Parts: sequence; C-alpha cells; structure tokens
Amino acid sequence: MSGGASGVAPPEDSRPDGGAHPGTAAWTPSPLAVARDSYRRARRRRAAWVSTLSTVVVVAVLYVVVTTAPGWERTRDAFFSPASAWDSLPAIAEGLWLNLRVWVVASVVGMVLGMTLAVIRTSRVPALFPLRAFAVAYVDVFRGVPLLLVLLLVGFGLPALRLEWLPTSGEFLGALAIILTYTAYLAEVFRAGIESVHPSQVSAARSLGLTRAQTTRKVVLPQAVRHVTAPLASNLVSLQKDSGLISILGAVDAIRAAQIAASGSYNFTPYVVAGVLFLLVSIPLTRVVDVYSARQGWRGSLATVSGAGAIR
Amino acid sequence: MSHLLSLRGIRKTYGERLVLDGIDLDVDEHRCVVLVGASGSGKSTLLRVVNLLEEIDDGEILLDGQDVADPRLDANAVRARMGLVFQSYNLFPHMKVIDNVTLAPRLVHKRGRAEAEAVAEAMLRRVGLAHRMTAYPDQLSGGEQQRAAIARALVSSPELLLLDEVTSALDPELVGEVLDLLADLRAEGVTMLVATHEMGFAREVADEVCFLHQGRVHERGTPEQVLGDPQRERTREFLRRLR
Repeated sequence: MSGGASGVAPPEDSRPDGGAHPGTAAWTPSPLAVARDSYRRARRRRAAWVSTLSTVVVVAVLYVVVTTAPGWERTRDAFFSPASAWDSLPAIAEGLWLNLRVWVVASVVGMVLGMTLAVIRTSRVPALFPLRAFAVAYVDVFRGVPLLLVLLLVGFGLPALRLEWLPTSGEFLGALAIILTYTAYLAEVFRAGIESVHPSQVSAARSLGLTRAQTTRKVVLPQAVRHVTAPLASNLVSLQKDSGLISILGAVDAIRAAQIAASGSYNFTPYVVAGVLFLLVSIPLTRVVDVYSARQGWRGSLATVSGAGAIR
Repeated sequence: MSHLLSLRGIRKTYGERLVLDGIDLDVDEHRCVVLVGASGSGKSTLLRVVNLLEEIDDGEILLDGQDVADPRLDANAVRARMGLVFQSYNLFPHMKVIDNVTLAPRLVHKRGRAEAEAVAEAMLRRVGLAHRMTAYPDQLSGGEQQRAAIARALVSSPELLLLDEVTSALDPELVGEVLDLLADLRAEGVTMLVATHEMGFAREVADEVCFLHQGRVHERGTPEQVLGDPQRERTREFLRRLR
C-alpha cells in the first residue's frame, strides 16, 4: 500500500513500516500458494495472448480496408506526401510557436482569473454579494457561448470601437477571447475543488484563530487544487488545442500556416503535419501531469486509489 | 471569584431544532469540567459555541468576565485564546505534522519560523511525536493523529482547552495513549472542557461532571455524585445503557 491517501481515517497498519513482519525471509510457499500462483500466471498469459491477437486482427482489418479503398492512392498522395510535409514543416512549426505562447499566457491568466472568480463565488462574506453575482453571471455567459462565437465577437467587435490604446492584432484579440472563455471553465474547475474540501477543515483552521482569508489561502486552496489536478490538466490540454482557433482572426498559427501551405500546393499533408505537432505537445503534457499528481507527497489528493486494480 | 469561562442561558437552534436550551456552566482556571450525555444531547454544539464556531441565539459567553459573544469583538482573537480538538482530528492533510502545529503560531501569533518550530518541536516531543514531525497525517496511526491534533491545539498555550469526544474515533488500544496524555495535561493544570463517552476518564480527571439531556444540564456535580449516585432517572438510565 503506497500510503493511500483518502479523507477517511486510515487504520494503524498504514504506517510505512507496517509491512515488515518477522520471519518473512524464511517463508517457503505452501503447495496451495504455488497452485494459486501458477493459475494466476496462466490466466495472465492467456489474457495477454487474447489482447495481442485481437489488436493484430483489428489493425490488419483496418489496413486492408483502407489500402484497398478505391481512393487510397490519391488519399495517400494528398495527405501523406513526405515532400510536402518537409516543405511545410518550418512554417507550421513557427506557427506552433505562436500557439504555445498563446497557450502559456492564456493558461496563466485564465488560472489566476478563474481561481479569483471561484474564491469570490464560494465566499460567504455578505459584502461581496455584488461580486458574487457578477461571478455567477460571467461563468454562465462565457461557459454557454461557443468559443468560436466569442472569437468572432471579440475579434471584429472590439476593433470596431476604434480604441487607440487597444491592440488589434489577431494574436492579441484571439488570446483575449480564449482567456475570456477559459476563465469561465477554469473557475468552475476550481469551484468544484473548493467545494470538495470538507467543512471540518475550515472549522479546524478557524478554531486556531486563522482569519477567513488565511484559511482560504493556507488550508482550502492547496487542498482544492490537489483535488482537481486531473480536470485542470484536461482543461489546459483543451486550451492548447483551442489556441488553434485564433487562426480565424488571421493570426498565423500552426493551423493557419498549414492552411496557407495546403492552398498553395493543393495537398493536405500540412494539416497532418500540424496535427502531429499538436500531439507532440499535448501527449507529453498529459503524461507529465499524471506523473506529477501520482507522485508521493502530493497529499490531500483524492486521486490516489492505489491498488484498486489488484482487486479480483 | 470570577470564572475563566461562564456560560449563561445559552440557547442555540439549527432551523427548527432546539439544540441548546438555556445552558449555565462555569469553568474555573486549572479545573476540568466533563460533559457527558447521549449523542445529540448538545455536547459538541456547546463546545463549538464556546469556540465561536457557531452563533448563539441567546445568552452570554463570558471569558475572563468579558462577553465574547458580542459580534463587535474580533472572534479570531478570542478563538486564538482557546484550543479545540475534534473527534475526527481534522489535521490538514497537505501539511507535515510540524507544519500543522506551526501554522497558528506563525499566522495568528506572528512568531518567526525558527521560534515557532522550536515551540512546536517541544510540544510534539511532549505528546510523544518527536520522531513523526516530518510525516504527513495519513502516515500516522489514529492515536498519533489525535495526539498531533492535541499538540496543534496546545502549542499556543491556550487558556482553555476544548476536547470534543477525542477518543471516539480510535481503536480501544489507542484510546489509552490519548487518555493518558489528557490526564497528564490535567495534572499540569491545563483548564479543560471535555465532551466524552469515556466514563472511566470522567471519573478519574473531572472536577465536575455535567450530564446533558435535550440541550439542558440535567444533572451536575462531582464525578462521584453524578456517575456514582445519580439523583435523576434519566441520568441513571443513560449510565445503565453504557454498561
């Protein structure tokens, strides 16, 4: 048991040194244990065979269906042309650099604003009622309106105001629209986290004399964030993908760069290249978050249901 | 002589439900008052009321003669003068034991990190947890968690220690280690108001036992009187059921 964290009071055998029994070294398995073990191993071998075989069959069928399709030759040339991929790669990679910058800025700003909204919304200070009402309305509106629509309204609406000081580049307005929408999503994620912290934790902190603000900062938020690492990460991965939508405002990101390359050559390979580049970013990202949240010492997380897979 | 804590006519309702129905109670310095009674008799609510975690409907909570139920008073400063230990420990799971204990000294009593850690270390040694300071709460046994929670409540030298059924979530063999610690604290003169189901403990350490029934102090007196020779039928029935 890897110190399985949960809100429940653990039994006393969850101590790290709890597994050391005297006489473990001198143990020889009984015939019964040997028989059980060989049965389990046989079953695992069979399961491995079945899954390998079924995977091979499915892949083979897909391969045959795709490669024998009447349009396969043309599809291959249009979507998987190595020459076209190589030619378009530099421009698309440069576009991806813009996506990454938008992603980082929007993630940081969105998380800060989202957490602020969540704290306001869950606070019970009577004086904050107007702010609370604003937070509710904001989340309702920006979670309900499609991101594409927000992009169009911000991208074409704000410049129409002709404000001197407002940048009108597609990059800026696109990032702004993404921040507006994702702030609402992230606020809901953080709110769920805050509400998952047990009220007894607040009682304990207040009983020590901590103020409301100190309790939120030191006791509630650290636990809230730990509880929602998984949904938080999946929202940030979505944000990374949605950063491609700023291309409709003319910003030359990876998708727009692929579009330009494709329209020049009547070849769709650049889209595939852009897709692969997005994957190269998002897959490591999710893995890093998984490792991070499963790490020992990430206490107070609800996510560690260790050993559940071993249950027969 | 004025009391450290005096409760006068405490009334508390949760919606329609009347939980405390005019409680009068005094706790003198260096004394231990034990609250006994069935679940739902109002023991825990009374402790939360004293700690200002619940607002009362009526009555006075006098701490050193000052009415702390007055909403104009800074409740945080009042709470900082008391320590409350919960039935379910309520340690902060994301902090090491030492950080659980230094949190209030640093944030509430504004001590430096080094000073707070020195005091916390001494307190953890006092409750027998010197070797567990860098562990996280979920690595401790129930008895160790409860002792850590007691250290957290005691570290700022509160004038009054409130204990809310601190042994009822523990296995029988772990109850002893916590009760021994409380008896030691009692001997050192820590003022306590204790809600408990442990009649043996009440008999041993209490200066006064109050039997709560339906939000009122139904019977009160020395442990010998209330637990040994109860005068009222409801008290006798409660004690009979415990056996």
